[in-house]
Amino acid sequence: MAPNTWERKDLLGLEGLSASEIETILDLAASFKLSPPKDLLKGRTVAFIFTEASTRTRSSFEMAAKRLGADVLSFSPVGSSLSKGETLLDTFLNLQAVGVTHFVVRHERSGVLEDLAPLLKASVINAGDGWHEHPTQALLDLLTLRERWGSFKGKKVVILGDIRHSRVARSNLFALKKLGAKVVFCGPTPLCPDDFAGLGAEVEHNPAKALKNADAVNVLRLQIERMDQGFVSSLADYAQAYQLTPARVELMKPEALVMHPGPINRGVELSSEVADGPRSVILEQVANGVLARMAVLALSEEGRSLA
Amino acid sequence: MPEQLIVVNGLVIDPKSKIEAVRDVLIEDGKISAVAAGLSRKSAFKGVPAIDAKGKWVIPGLVDMHVHLREPGREGDETIETGTKAAARGGVTTVLAMPNTEPVCDSPSQLAFLQAKARSDAAVTVLFAGAVTLGQKGEKLTEFAKLRAAGAAALSDDGRPLMNAGLLRRALEHANDLGLLVIDHCEDLTLSNGACVHEGPAALRKGLKGTPGAAETVQVLRDIALAELTGARLHIAHVSSAASVDAIRAAKKKGIRVSAEAAPHHFSLCDKDIPGYDANWKMNPPLRGNDDRAALLEGLADGTLDAIATDHAPHGCTAKAAGMDVAPFGVIGLETSLAVAINDLFHKKILTPRKLVERLSTAPAGLLGLKKKGTLSVGADADLVVVDPNMVWTPEPPFVSKSRNTPFINRRLKGRAITTLSGGRVVHAL
Repeated sequence: MAPNTWERKDLLGLEGLSASEIETILDLAASFKLSPPKDLLKGRTVAFIFTEASTRTRSSFEMAAKRLGADVLSFSPVGSSLSKGETLLDTFLNLQAVGVTHFVVRHERSGVLEDLAPLLKASVINAGDGWHEHPTQALLDLLTLRERWGSFKGKKVVILGDIRHSRVARSNLFALKKLGAKVVFCGPTPLCPDDFAGLGAEVEHNPAKALKNADAVNVLRLQIERMDQGFVSSLADYAQAYQLTPARVELMKPEALVMHPGPINRGVELSSEVADGPRSVILEQVANGVLARMAVLALSEEGRSLA
Repeated sequence: MPEQLIVVNGLVIDPKSKIEAVRDVLIEDGKISAVAAGLSRKSAFKGVPAIDAKGKWVIPGLVDMHVHLREPGREGDETIETGTKAAARGGVTTVLAMPNTEPVCDSPSQLAFLQAKARSDAAVTVLFAGAVTLGQKGEKLTEFAKLRAAGAAALSDDGRPLMNAGLLRRALEHANDLGLLVIDHCEDLTLSNGACVHEGPAALRKGLKGTPGAAETVQVLRDIALAELTGARLHIAHVSSAASVDAIRAAKKKGIRVSAEAAPHHFSLCDKDIPGYDANWKMNPPLRGNDDRAALLEGLADGTLDAIATDHAPHGCTAKAAGMDVAPFGVIGLETSLAVAINDLFHKKILTPRKLVERLSTAPAGLLGLKKKGTLSVGADADLVVVDPNMVWTPEPPFVSKSRNTPFINRRLKGRAITTLSGGRVVHAL
């Protein structure tokens, strides 16, 4: 267990965290891999509020909560009072009154938790808000990279795909920059606008240039609905220009890693050959997700009890 | 005996009569009857009630050509009564109310209702704009001649852009024949596309949908082309982007009869100032980049932007608490426009006092054809503000307005309306 100095009850994003706070989370997650903790959250109740579909994140969080000995309360917005027009804050306050100590929330709206979390005694963990942040996904990505690299200093990480609509890209950018890595955003301009340079990313629309000498690439899922408004003209056209193919993998450093937050559209943003190939650490990411989320839940419990 | 009031020893600033000097202003029966030095010392005016304006500015009341008073339909957010009281507190003595009420002001009977309400409830002069299209749907023109006969002071579909260029052309032609000003909200909906903030790094950082300045500018350029085609006057509401300012400047140089306004929030704040997801900073067009803000200041300085108008848009707390992406657009401004203008334009040396009064009062009165407003010349309506340009204050709720949705809460401002007269009556006094 890390020293008892974690003062944040919530984890809404990585932008506001310091490098050493991020390292603390990663250290704790790594320590859980060696010696699984028991009952850190015994007697606590973790509620899941997901207004968007999720398989991976939700099951990973549930597993993390159960491994820490917490009770788990499932909650589906369909058929709940949220669908009857109750405000999100009222829903949280009621569930808190029921005894919930930790909320794990996925919501389709960016920033929806920022004003809400300070009004609650319970911890609020962001499991993805709109296009804004997905901090635990970035933490598990970092954990996976750090296991291989030891340090992020001087590493080049390419994030490839639909950056504009990606909370994974933003959380990774904020954290990787703090830890000393260089981040290159790559995708077609409509999905990867040059204004991202204002956030500290290097923006490169040509995948060959972006991938050259990279240490890792994180490939983002292309959502089908992006074809509606001209963001891409077709999946096949996108794949032609930006799919991570074996030939494009060859442009990276020989030991470079391939990541994907899932779920994969095989043959669109990622070729099956690469997804299942020797560089792929995609399933390691998933396994590390449970550890990263255990660390976040455990630390937020510390922060909550200090508050 | 006429009803008399005298405002003494103030620095009278009236661009229209080219006065910027210490003068006394005599008011008789709601009109300005004399402006001269030492009037109050004359025996004829002994015993006349006096307002001491020593060390203060005395300026014509502000003419705000862009406000939303929400009556009828949303009286919980604002009414003609509360909106005009808010105006009085801010030194605004004439407002032009936009027609996007519920129902829309698109018929003579709607106008008659509003004017009756204004006669009984309003603290300052209220003028009403009629809609350009029925229900502001952008499909069929309203009856301009009938609207003018019923007292419409201008025409606008504000809040909604006129996406149909052919229809706007006909509207400009008819309005020009009748001497009515068309005020256009310039926004290409296919570019703004449901965005809630300005497109750029600040929006990307928060994961919010942004709209580029070009969403406004393409419509401004189209409008200028139509003003040139028709020869009609056209006024562009709430200009927000640098490229729009450039386009308007070039059009004016060419002699095209286009005019424009800027809102205090746009020339005072930019997208990077927005704290988190606070919808009290959300309006349409949105707060843009700092370069855009700088261009608005230049436009105000060189007269490309004729007028300052608030786009006062009250919304209740519950609606605004819904968050940046889904809360309604709009901020209130009547109680802070003069203060923000003095703070950001006069104290920061963008405008001289005379230019400031031109933008706030003289020019908008001229655009609306109001001969007795926007000036302190003899015979004009006694709409007048005593201003302390150096008083420091911070706007905070409660406001006179029924709503409190403004980004200027707790912002330190230097400059304030001390006393406001509307038609010679004191409608605000600190």
